[in-house]
This record gives sequence, structure tokens and C-alpha cells, in this order.
Amino acid sequence: MREITYRQALNEALAEELERDPNVFLMGEEVAEYNGAYKVSQGLLERFGAKRIIDTPISENGFAGMGVGAAMVGLRPIIEFMTFSFSFVAFDQVVNNAPNMLTMSGGQFNIPITFRGPNGPAHQLGATHSHATECLYANVPGLKICTPATPRDAKGLLKTAIRDNNPVLVLEVELLYSSKGMVEEEDVELLIPLGEAEVKREGSDVTIICYAQTVPLALAAAKTLENEEEISAEVLDLRSIKPLDLDAILNSVSKTHRVVIVEQDRPFCGVGAEVSYRIQKEMFDGLDAPILRVAQEDVPMPYNERLEKAVLPSAEKLIAAVKKVCYA
Amino acid sequence: MSQPEQRDEVEMLSLMLLIRRFEERASQQYQAQKIGGFCHLYIGQEAVVCGTVAAVRPDDYLITAYRDHAHALARGTSANACMAELFGKATGCSRGLGGSMHYFDREHHMYGGHAIVAAHVPLAVGMAFASKYRNEDRVTLCFFGDGAINQGSFHEALNLAALYKLPVVFICENNLFAMGTSVERSTSLKEIVDRAEGYDIPGTVIDGMNFREVRNKLAEIVSSIRGDPHPAFAEVRTYRYRGHSMSDPASYRTKEQLEKYRLDDPITRLRAQLTREEKLTNERFDQMDKEAKETALASVKFAEESPDPPLENLYDYTYVGT
Ligand SMILES: Cc1ncc(C[n+]2csc(CCOP(=O)(O)OP(=O)(O)O)c2C)c(N)n1
Ligand SMILES: [Mg+2]
Repeated sequence: MREITYRQALNEALAEELERDPNVFLMGEEVAEYNGAYKVSQGLLERFGAKRIIDTPISENGFAGMGVGAAMVGLRPIIEFMTFSFSFVAFDQVVNNAPNMLTMSGGQFNIPITFRGPNGPAHQLGATHSHATECLYANVPGLKICTPATPRDAKGLLKTAIRDNNPVLVLEVELLYSSKGMVEEEDVELLIPLGEAEVKREGSDVTIICYAQTVPLALAAAKTLENEEEISAEVLDLRSIKPLDLDAILNSVSKTHRVVIVEQDRPFCGVGAEVSYRIQKEMFDGLDAPILRVAQEDVPMPYNERLEKAVLPSAEKLIAAVKKVCYA
Repeated sequence: MSQPEQRDEVEMLSLMLLIRRFEERASQQYQAQKIGGFCHLYIGQEAVVCGTVAAVRPDDYLITAYRDHAHALARGTSANACMAELFGKATGCSRGLGGSMHYFDREHHMYGGHAIVAAHVPLAVGMAFASKYRNEDRVTLCFFGDGAINQGSFHEALNLAALYKLPVVFICENNLFAMGTSVERSTSLKEIVDRAEGYDIPGTVIDGMNFREVRNKLAEIVSSIRGDPHPAFAEVRTYRYRGHSMSDPASYRTKEQLEKYRLDDPITRLRAQLTREEKLTNERFDQMDKEAKETALASVKFAEESPDPPLENLYDYTYVGT
């Protein structure tokens, strides 16, 4: 194992898969000559050439659609959205074309495509640039969605996504690109299956369910809860939103009997709504308190820093919710 | 209502100075972390929006992309309201809720500040539709960058405007780059203006470093539209001196290119023209520059002292009352 950044982990995943399969190519705005708006594709143009690392004009609908078309005839495109807030320009391709093709063609055309890029609020980017898109895309049958929070998960999930024969969205976290973590050596093939959650911290009193940028937040809150409240929180990182690892969720909850879900999207029809539905359906009698959610406020994102902070989930809000379910 | 000829050129030069000094202050405040998010500076391009507002009426509709500080200032939004917006304060032109990329000012007919590339181009067409619908002779001025012309919404909007003969001027501020991508690397056509031809829209190329040329050509275009609503397209060739945003070192372009445009600076150029014609003294220029700097500095103080938007109003602007 060695310590690398989340950005570098993604970069390694791209490079390894480009190396492994000549049908894989990377396409998007500023991915080649600029080395990526967030430098995730650093050095790939130099290594793999302009045929496979392709700069596009600002035409999200066009190049996402090109990806779907290329996938229909055997290529394995990786389409980078500079951020998933811009994927809305290509919504028709991501929602209507990619995931429907298999059904519409009676099973003839699967679409092995990866859509990737940063997702969720960063810092003071305002209403148009702060979307957490996971709940929108999770509503679409035919799409798979993963949300890595650590360098290791970023590498393992992206590699798996590229090899998957279905459309997969890899929702990265802008604020974590420079964060570091331990990852297997480069000569180890690291593949993390989609649909497998991971316990990031063991605990016995309450389960905190999180993903993407709420994972570090949950870990920090768990530490505080341990030190200051003597509450032992288990932190379960979903890692994939769809498929959802219900077994891992039920395993943890059957141990703790209390749940707080901390999500980076909005509460209305959000990821937490689905997760809590599943939990109560399977183990209503196993719960010692109502499930609580900590999500964004249900408003367009304000630019002002203080207001943005008030809208976003935070460790303080999470701790308050945990204390509530623990009646502490 | 003030007509184009009446807008004094010296006054317009002082507006260009204000924009320049305002943005230099903004840049400094950004580095001091008083301003968050993305911040895109217009420095170098001032003649484009200033030449345009000098050629139109204050009640003509104006809409632009995220590089929008100058557009608001040129429209008459105060430096105080503009700086306060960057600081996210309640006194900002969008109450501190929009930020640098989302300036709005209804009173001054500034309809945004839009941060999704080309998403506002159809809005401009809708605004032009509304003025024609109400038999008004307003013209809509729609600014966007060279990077916007490859979005579907741009193409759909041009076709709609031509089809319905709507009074809108599409003003492409061609500063040669969309982030790190040059026009040659993004666009199949050699000349951006040729995009217009495909939609049967008359197109004009304008030197965007020359205030007078921008004003004169825009005045011509706008007067042809007033009595006979139709769309027009102007490719205004300009240059941004700074990086795409505050975080971009702009290593994709040469020093020589930057120097070439700096030598053609729109402020220096208008100043020289006016000085040659004895309409401007050095003393007057220095005085104007001093005032611009003071206004910019005062706007920082105003922004610093302004309150944050109140937390309890968080939900006030998600819906209006029924
Ligand atoms: C739909 C969409 N895609 C990508 C971006 C990211 N982005 C912001 S500005 C920009 C470049 C635009 O360049 P141009 O239109 O030439 O305007 P300029 O910045 O030169 O003023 C890009 C790619 C965005 N804001 N919206
Ligand atoms: Mg440009």
C-alpha cells in the first residue's frame, strides 16, 4: 500500500483501463491539452495520444450522444463532464438514450459507457454549479451509480465502471480531489464491485449511512460522538447508490438499531428517502428510533458562504441527529 | 431617453476606467479570500459592452454569460452593489445569493449573469419575443463567448429568432479562447460570423478593441432592427488579459499574443483618439482614473461593512407567493 491522492487514484484507473483495452477512450472538455479542468487526466494525452484522449467543444449533449453511439457499435467511451451540473445539458443522452437502449432494442444493444466527473456542491459556486445529481439519476432504471469517497474506492470503482457493460455514472467529489489515502501498489489489480458498501468505522450504538462527501463528515462526527458523548457510531459508506447494498445496511442496523442518513443531495425524493424506506420495510421491529436524515435544505444553493453552510449537511447537524436517535 | 449620439465619449471612457479599476480591486479581494467561488475578469474586453451600451437605449434588454461584472456596471448598477455581490452581501445586486457569475439588476435591464454556457441564448430570444408580442421597439442584446457557439441551445435559439423575426442582437465576444480551448480547436468554421449565415441572419465582424467601431456598428444594427424586427449577429473580436478565471494560469497562450493585445488596449486607444481630437486633456484623464480608483476602493469598504443576507430568509426566494 502507498498513499496517493484521490485525483491520482482516478488518473491511475483511467490509465490502466486505457492501457488494457484499446476500445476505451476518454472524451470531454479540456481533458487533453489542459490535462483536465481538475487535472484528473494529467499526462494521459502525452501517453495515449490525441486519438484516445479527446478535447471537445462545449457541446455536452453532442459528445455524450457520441459516446452512446460509439458504445452501440463496440467502443467503451469514458465521457467526462467538467462537473455533473453540466450533465443537464446532456440529460437526454444520459437519461433517455443510454439506459433505455437495451430494453428498447429487446436486448440487442447494451451501452458500455462511463460518465464521470465531479458532482455535488463544492464551495460557493452558486445555484447553477452546485448540483448533487445522484438522486435524479438514481431514479432512472438502467443506470448504475457509484460515489467514491476515498482514493482507494475512487480507483477501484472507476476501473470496475469502465469494465461494466452498462451505463455507469462515477460521481466524484471536487473537494476530495487533493485528499490522500492508502491504495494498493500499482501492480495490484484493484477492482471494487459496484453495489458493495463498506464499513468505514465500526460502532455499536448507531449506524451513520453516508456516501461521497458526507463520508469524511460522518467520520469526523463519529470521532466527536465517541469522545464527547460516549456514543459509538458505525459509519457505513454506501459507495454505490445503485445498485444499493441492502445487505450491508441491514447487517449494520441489526446491530445498532438506530440510523441517521447523511446525504449530500436534497431531502425530497433523495437517496436517504429510498434507503430509509428499505430499512423500515425490512426491519421495522428492529428499530429503536425513527430514522433521521441530514441532507441539504430544499432550496437552490445560495452563493453567500454563511447561507451555503446553513444549506449543507454538517458535522454539527449530524451530531444533533445522532443524539436525537440515541435519545442522548 | 438618451439616444446613442448623446452618450459622451469622455463619459464612456470613464466608464471603461471604472470597470477596469473595479475588476483590479475584485482580483485583489479574491486573492485575499474575501470573494469565493468562481470569478471571471473582463479586463481587456471593456470596449465591447461599453461600445454596445453607448449605441442602445437604457431600456433595451441585456443578458450575458458569467463574465458579467462589466455588463452590470455598464448598465448602471453601482460599483457598491457589484462588489457587495462578490462578497455575498445582502446589499449586492443579487442580494448576495448569486455571486460573481449571477449578477442581476431588473431596474437597469440587466437580465443576468448566466453560468451554464449558452443556456441564456434562448432566454434572449424569449425576451425579444415578448417585446415584439407587446409591440415594443426594444432590442435584446445577448452577449456570449466564442465557446458558446457549439452548444445546441445556441443553434436552436438562432433558428427560432430568425424564424419568428425577433429583435435580438447576438453578440459573440470572441476572445479567441474558451477556457484553454482556442477557437480553431473548437469550431469547424474559420470565421465565427459565418454561423449566422446558416440561419439567414445578417452578420458583422467588429474590432472589439475599438470603442468607436463597436458603438457605430452596433448603432447601425440596432436602428435597422427597431423599425423592422429581425435578429442580427455580431462577432466582436477581443481579448481577455487575465486567465479564464482566477485559478487559471493561462499557460495555453503565448506572451507575445498577450502583449500584442495589450498594446491595442481599448482604454489607451480611446484615450489617444480623444486626446488627438483635443476632447480630453491628460489632467482630465488622470482625474477620471483617480475617481475610478476611489469608487472601486469605496465599493470594497461598502461591501465589507454590509451585512450578510439573513439566515431566516433562506427560504424566501425559492417560491414567490401565489
Ligand atoms: C454547459 C457548460 N459547460 C461547461 C462549462 C464550464 N465553462 C465555463 S466557462 C467555459 C468557457 C467558455 O468560453 P467562452 O464561451 O469563450 O467565454 P469566455 O470565458 O471566453 O468569456 C467553460 C467550458 C459551463 N459553465 N457550462
Ligand atoms: Mg472566449
